[in-house]
Amino acid sequence: MSITAKNIKKTFGRYTALDGVSLEVPTGKLVALLGPSGSGKTTLLRIIAGLEFADTGSGGIFFDGEDVTQVPAGQRGVGFVFQHYALFRHLTVAENIAFGLKIRRRSERPTKKAIAEKVAELLHLIQLEDLGGRYPVQLSGGQRQRVALARALAIEPKVLLLDEPFGALDAKVRKDLRRWLRRFQDEIGLTTIFVTHDQEEALEIADEVVVMNNARIEQVGAPQEVYDRPTSSFVHRFLGNVNQITLPWGGLIDGSTAHVEDGVAFVRPHDIELVHFSEDRDGEAAVVYDIHAAGPVARVSARREGNNESVEIELPRSQLALLRLVEGDCVLLRARPKHPPVSEYAI
Amino acid sequence: MSALSAFFPSAAPEAQRPATRDTPWLRWSLTGVALLFVAGFLVIPLTAVFAEALRKGAEVYWAALVDPDALAALRLTLTAAVIAVPLNVVFGVAAAWAIAKFDFPGKSFLTTLIDLPFAVSPVIAGLAFVLVFGLQGWLPPEAQAELLAPAVARELAAIPGLGWALGGLAEWLANPRIVFAVPGIALATIFVTVPFVARELIPLMQAQGNDEEYAALTLGANGWQTFWRVTLPNVKWGLFYGVVLCNARAMGEFGAVSVVSGHVRGETNTLPLHVEILYNEYQFAGAFAVASLLALLAIATLILKSLIEWRLTLNREQNL
Repeated sequence: MSITAKNIKKTFGRYTALDGVSLEVPTGKLVALLGPSGSGKTTLLRIIAGLEFADTGSGGIFFDGEDVTQVPAGQRGVGFVFQHYALFRHLTVAENIAFGLKIRRRSERPTKKAIAEKVAELLHLIQLEDLGGRYPVQLSGGQRQRVALARALAIEPKVLLLDEPFGALDAKVRKDLRRWLRRFQDEIGLTTIFVTHDQEEALEIADEVVVMNNARIEQVGAPQEVYDRPTSSFVHRFLGNVNQITLPWGGLIDGSTAHVEDGVAFVRPHDIELVHFSEDRDGEAAVVYDIHAAGPVARVSARREGNNESVEIELPRSQLALLRLVEGDCVLLRARPKHPPVSEYAI
Repeated sequence: MSALSAFFPSAAPEAQRPATRDTPWLRWSLTGVALLFVAGFLVIPLTAVFAEALRKGAEVYWAALVDPDALAALRLTLTAAVIAVPLNVVFGVAAAWAIAKFDFPGKSFLTTLIDLPFAVSPVIAGLAFVLVFGLQGWLPPEAQAELLAPAVARELAAIPGLGWALGGLAEWLANPRIVFAVPGIALATIFVTVPFVARELIPLMQAQGNDEEYAALTLGANGWQTFWRVTLPNVKWGLFYGVVLCNARAMGEFGAVSVVSGHVRGETNTLPLHVEILYNEYQFAGAFAVASLLALLAIATLILKSLIEWRLTLNREQNL
């Protein structure tokens, strides 16, 4: 089921959480709402779920073109997973999963047997077959998150919404679980939106990344697209490391990867080429003052001759070895030519 | 070693003692002060109550308890508690729910209002009821009778069977009194016990947040289901705790009830008032016997409270 949000506005008192945001999520896609805290991403998710309502004068929320703006959360057919799981602490894992089915009106409620089967099936899906009788407090964070997911899936939602689903987990579990989510989404093809402030997470698993800042959407695109071709300085800064270089800069050439805005060029550290200084080559002269070579990638810091601005360069260690670079060397810096255009893979 | 001990020569003998432990004399004197305090203010008075009560033997003790006036006082005390506690449970849960889970104008005013009975002297609260419902008050007995339409009450009482079933109620409706009667005592008791349930539930509900309610909402639960299946089970032990405290206070209240009671023996005396009357009449054995009954109620309450507290900490630990 596709999700459309049209011109959503939301204010809390004087604070504007969403300032006329429009979003289109195609059926079956996994979309990340990415942004710093306070950017409005969670508010947008909650409005889509029906847990908050947009200000009057906003457009609306549409599921498959059908206006659901006034439909209460419980009738939208939305599976929602909360950042802190929000499992019912007085119920067992199995009872948590069955909750959404048990509370249905008698005419719509599945039989006890059908509910038990559904619970068993979901427990199998989240690989917690043996833990149905446990209480949430007896589970680890990753297990709780999976139970929360199973509970949301039990009502067979048409849309899955996840609010910072891996935010409270440790790094390792987080990585495992997000890959698991990606595979799971591939299998069942449920339209899914998840909120995150972790760019790595968004870039790794989303089909499409929606970058939000200051109550607005900055850019929408495939992960590689938003990373390689940011359309604003914010996206440039937010996604990965970036050098902010005051112009004029000798190393800026036409067709380079640099993004120029208000007299400042944004260039990623790995998009800067570095060669030893020589009179007959183009580039910005700089003096190397720090070389950090732990890990697969070496990080070189250099200071520009002209204005003493610091520039970071990342390059493979093999290349660093070839250059025989030492601190105090004079070098030339140059923005790398644009990547060959990325094949526009499906969104 | 030598260099260090040269620097801290005095550290050597005391180095045996872990840094987190105080010197023995300090530990023992602090513990001693605490024990003396407990003995002086809790154990000795409580023992004295039972000792005095039983001084003239078990027969006198028993006679004081089964004295018709004492039994009437016990009945009235229980009646007041039975009226006040359920009403305060309903009110406390509703107020805590509203305050902890919703934002509305006047919220902090409501919170302050709930605390009012803690701030106001019970005697003044009782007096306020007398001023409103007493003979010279805003709503004197004649006005109350008018308000309650005694004609209707008389007709109700006239219906065979029903009149008997309603008993005292029909009689009371025909000639209603509030102060110096059971309703006044119930009102005063309700007033002084208002904060207990709400005060216990508000922080608990606030700490739990709204996420589980929102989760229930997205799963299709309506407000009623959410309340009965999610909100209430989560605060169950806190609610029991509030009820126990509320009940203890309802049975033990003296000041407010004393003002509105009118001290009609066998009719408007509660247990604490009965103790006072007996004591003022130099019937010490009787006074202490009835007091021991109250003390037993208090002890039972304390035991119940500790059990619930134990459950509550267990729950809170689990929730971390």
